[in-house]
Amino acid sequence: MSKPIQESGQHHDMAEVIEKIERVRQARRHKFYLRDEHITLSHGSGGKATHNLIEGVFAPAFSNPLLEPLDDAATFTPDVLSPRLAFTTDSYVVNPLFFPGGDIGKLAVHGTINDLAMAAAKPLYLSAGFILEEGFPIADLRRIVTSMAAAAADAGVSIVAGDTKVVQRGKADGVFINTTGIGIVRARWPMGQAQLQPGDRVLLSGPIGDHGIAVMLAREALDMETTIESDTAPLHTLVAALLDAAEDGLHCLKDPTRGGVATTLNEMALGSQVAIALDEPAIPVRPEVRGACEMLGLDPLTIANEGKALAVVAPEAAHAALAAMRAHPLGQEAAIIGTVQIGPAGTVFMRTDIGGTRVLDMLVGDPLPRIC
Amino acid sequence: MKYVDEYRDSALAGQVAAEIARLSGDRPLKFMEVCGGHTHTIYKYGIEDLLPRTIDMVHGPGCPVCVLPMGRIDDAISMARTDGVIFTTFGDMMRVPGSKGSLLDARADGADVRFVYSPLDALKIASQNPDRQVVFFAIGFETTAPSTAITLLRARAEGVKNFSIFCNHINVIPALQALLVSPDLHLDGFVGPGHVSMVIGIRPYEFIARDHHKPVVISGFEPLDMIQSIQMLVKQISKGRAEVENQYVRVVRPEGNVKALAVMAETMMLRPIFEWRGLGTIAESALKLRPEFADWDAELRFAVPGIRVADPKACQCGEVLKGAIKPWECQVFGTACTPETPIGTCMVSSEGACAAYFNYGRFSMATERATLPMSDLRPAAR
Repeated sequence: MSKPIQESGQHHDMAEVIEKIERVRQARRHKFYLRDEHITLSHGSGGKATHNLIEGVFAPAFSNPLLEPLDDAATFTPDVLSPRLAFTTDSYVVNPLFFPGGDIGKLAVHGTINDLAMAAAKPLYLSAGFILEEGFPIADLRRIVTSMAAAAADAGVSIVAGDTKVVQRGKADGVFINTTGIGIVRARWPMGQAQLQPGDRVLLSGPIGDHGIAVMLAREALDMETTIESDTAPLHTLVAALLDAAEDGLHCLKDPTRGGVATTLNEMALGSQVAIALDEPAIPVRPEVRGACEMLGLDPLTIANEGKALAVVAPEAAHAALAAMRAHPLGQEAAIIGTVQIGPAGTVFMRTDIGGTRVLDMLVGDPLPRIC
Repeated sequence: MKYVDEYRDSALAGQVAAEIARLSGDRPLKFMEVCGGHTHTIYKYGIEDLLPRTIDMVHGPGCPVCVLPMGRIDDAISMARTDGVIFTTFGDMMRVPGSKGSLLDARADGADVRFVYSPLDALKIASQNPDRQVVFFAIGFETTAPSTAITLLRARAEGVKNFSIFCNHINVIPALQALLVSPDLHLDGFVGPGHVSMVIGIRPYEFIARDHHKPVVISGFEPLDMIQSIQMLVKQISKGRAEVENQYVRVVRPEGNVKALAVMAETMMLRPIFEWRGLGTIAESALKLRPEFADWDAELRFAVPGIRVADPKACQCGEVLKGAIKPWECQVFGTACTPETPIGTCMVSSEGACAAYFNYGRFSMATERATLPMSDLRPAAR
């Protein structure tokens, strides 16, 4: 059933229009022309430009079966007697370094723990590499490192290797931190963004957008009276509870960090060549985050989170998984927000608050506020 | 959320949509939503799904990013590349392509381009960097002009000399006048811009009803605002009326915002002529700084190329902005021109009709292909 459109003397059928766009989209998906000649900030936003950079530069150059799924961590078995291991790395360049609810150090520990957790792994060891800018106050560094140590201790992981480099003033933004992590995989079944099945339910562990909005408000020093704090938190115990409840019904785990829920779900839909249908009223967003997004013209679905998980679970395991999430302190506001559909492959769409529908695409560029 | 949830009530939206269908019957009706914010609302909430098929929404020229000609972007980039300049702008403008790249590209190339939420933030940057020249790229309709005006008055009061404004403020009424005399435009009514009207009031639209016999309803930006405004338009037509009505009474006063108009008049004056992307040059359609504020006028402080640059041949932004074609009828829509690789401004701005359609509206059919088994979803507590 499609809407015929009579415009400017030409007859268009909505179905034809949509098919055309879909064909173009599919063709583009398999051929990554990275047209950009320079790196811009968009390439680091975690959205479409980042995706294109990875697909266009890194993935073809480093191509191997462990990297190929492009999951949050690679998992492998070193030899037949050894357990399956998960291995991941991430760099942290947040500005400001200290923000409501956290700091760059805490984020660097939680972020890498979460990448391991999303591979259903128990995190064991981290490394920490620091790039320091000449002139950076030792007191600030000490504060960051103390925060890292506390975050690691709380999560039961040890920081066992490290590195320090100093660059000239102006060549870095205070401090950049890289953390690499290794853990033991608890799941025995294939999991990841290529494993979504039609009928699966999409679960979200709690309200979205807290981290991105907290950092943005702190960075821009907007005079907005809010109590929004970053949600940065280690998610491995939440995942452990989820694994116990859903068992082999758990098909995919991902944390919606940069690019937000919209980008993460698009990656899953692309990875499994399925569609994901979301129900907007089911998606938890704190009123203060919604308010800030309304004022700034941003979409909470594209805003970064640092303590939330998306889980795709077989329908028969969905309610047990939801109950397990809600029983965990980090998942009390968990919700089932959508379902996996056969097609159109690689797309995410959403039934809106007022009962319309719309496509939910990856973040393009940075989340930039609208003018009016 | 208080004051928002009530404008997103799906049951009520369904009732109003049913009333629209009843009132309009079989009669095909074409309405233009003038404001880009309304285009955004229509697509973001999937409002077209709720409307009867006889109602066709046409997107107008009301996205200030979309109607800025390429030459002005080139001028901005030229200022941004000047040694010692900190160039500030609203986020939306960062990705808009000039003839040789965008401000984002200029930044990647070494220019100090920063985005701000308000011109007052730009003034603050100027105060904090007395040895640098800080330029604010002022764009927008009457909605954003008052804050530029207040910033100018404050810059003068505080004696901030290293601050200037590249003024590109435009007026909505001359653009509507230009559209209404266009022979190929067949519209049945207008959804009037809410934010602009908050400043200018509703009286400036009266000529549309009086001289052109088209109804106008000034609308808010929540989905139910939009649907109700369309209902009000249909109701007028069904009764043979053509009047200016105000749906957005909670914000828009008939006389507008007198204080905002006063500060605009104190600091800015009409330009004799201004070029609009897609609409060509329109007399007295834009604002420049008054001579008393010459010290803060970036166009006087910097040597800017000021040349007119033709839009890329393939790009049909102009036709889209006039509502003459739908976004997908543009020959490069969705192929060469996408939000990642925009050729035209309509694909860049989140309020642009092409971006809105590409990002939100592509698969209105998707729901028909895949029905949504949402019954077991639990609504989250809000």
